[in-house]
Amino acid sequence: MLSRLTWFAILVLVLQVSVLAADTEREWSSRRGVYKISFEAELDPIEINKIHTWVLSVRTLTGDPVTTAEISVLGGMPLHDHGMPTRPRVTEYLGEGRYRLEGMRFHMNGRWEVSVTVKADGKVDTAVIALDL
Amino acid sequence: MSTDRKKAGKTIVAVLAIAALAAAAWQIRPLSPAPWTKAEIDVLRSLWITSLPPLAPDPTNAVAANPRAAKLGQQLFFDTRMSANGVVSCASCHQPQRRFTDGLPKGQGVASSKRNTRSIVGVAYSPWLYWDGRKDSLWSQALAPLEDPNEHGSDRVKVVELVTQSPEYREDYEILFGVFDPAADGAIDTAFANVGKAIAAFERLLMPSPSRFDDYVEALLDGNEDGQAAALSTDEILGLQLFIGEAGCTQCHNGPLLTNNEFHNTGVISFPGEVPDKGRVAGVREVLADPFNCSGNHSDSAEAECTELRYARTGAELIGAFRTPSLRNLENTEPYMHKGQFNTIAETLRHYNEAPPAMIGHNEAKPLGLSRRQLQQIEAFLGSLAAPLAPQIL
Repeated sequence: MLSRLTWFAILVLVLQVSVLAADTEREWSSRRGVYKISFEAELDPIEINKIHTWVLSVRTLTGDPVTTAEISVLGGMPLHDHGMPTRPRVTEYLGEGRYRLEGMRFHMNGRWEVSVTVKADGKVDTAVIALDL
Repeated sequence: MSTDRKKAGKTIVAVLAIAALAAAAWQIRPLSPAPWTKAEIDVLRSLWITSLPPLAPDPTNAVAANPRAAKLGQQLFFDTRMSANGVVSCASCHQPQRRFTDGLPKGQGVASSKRNTRSIVGVAYSPWLYWDGRKDSLWSQALAPLEDPNEHGSDRVKVVELVTQSPEYREDYEILFGVFDPAADGAIDTAFANVGKAIAAFERLLMPSPSRFDDYVEALLDGNEDGQAAALSTDEILGLQLFIGEAGCTQCHNGPLLTNNEFHNTGVISFPGEVPDKGRVAGVREVLADPFNCSGNHSDSAEAECTELRYARTGAELIGAFRTPSLRNLENTEPYMHKGQFNTIAETLRHYNEAPPAMIGHNEAKPLGLSRRQLQQIEAFLGSLAAPLAPQIL
């Protein structure tokens, strides 16, 4: 029989591992599961008050790159009921399902949600990327 | 019975007395500040003046970093001849001894201007100028008051004539921008933009110097307890804790200049007798249509460099939103807000504590529910951001 303390230690370990996994998770599934989206920010870590570029990667659920996506991006802070200070746009297709997204800027610390809506082959779906800045 | 009653009475009196004393102590004696957490220390470092990055070049202004242009700009800044009545200069409202403000609710040029005069110390770090961000460069901003009928009330032809022809400016102008040729295409507009570029070169030099708050952060990072105690009082430290914590001030007043230079509706009431000011929602339309903006013919930058302008957000969310001011050196810069609605810092803090519904748009701020004592502590902390202007090299 494991003691209560051991069970507790295991629980703490499991929780820590899941937190770490969530932290390094850099792929977000869209709401209805049509696309998987990841991003690389020009700034790492992302700093507030600096306009910068992201590269978005869009894949199907089976991992194939989506090459003809129309992408729109909206961001905001749910807690403050306001959006981003900029209106970012995809400006270039870089190949292999990767898209240059320009005009990203955040102006407050806290929880941000960036909604990436992808339309390809008549299928529209949105992934919400949560960021804690 | 009566002894019991007396005892009970005495107990009640004693309890009340202790409660009253405790309440008084709460009001009078500040709680000693808790040690900072690592996350808080990171925030303090981000507000520290030493964290201010070097000023980025301004690609829209080829003479932005030119000392000759700055010297010419400084002379122009104080020159009253660039006004309809010969007595108004940039310095009439942006008075150096008042941290480049004027002590009035609204600027007073040849007539009353529409909004409060903002300090221009550290303004070169902002992608947007004015309360509503209707300008996107220092040089473009500097042109607008010259032709505003309420401010300088002059016009570009007269301004260009003064700067390109008067003996004290002509040589500098020609060295910087070449000989003025009135027959050239768009000669007046180009020379007018050049006047703004010289003034901007001067304004880029106006920077804050370290305050007691900065001394405190330095001592904290060095582990120097005596230095910390010498820099800030207990009340100021408690105010700082609230500022970066419970009061949420750093949501907008962030970075070493304590501003994100962005636009927020914080429910400030309109100026008495006026309809509410639309703020950024109108300002962004103006800057996008401005011939003197970053992507216009008079900008020295390539279109690709105008990222802020290209990705500027428009729309209803910006109704009644105004640009966050720096909180460095608030002393002697009252009244506050876009039309000088509040005469004191205390009044301003009370407004944020209550966060009333906005007259137009929606107030992003939420009521804070802080005590009067806590508001006083935040005010005390804000006082520690006072510092002399960084010395000028001109």
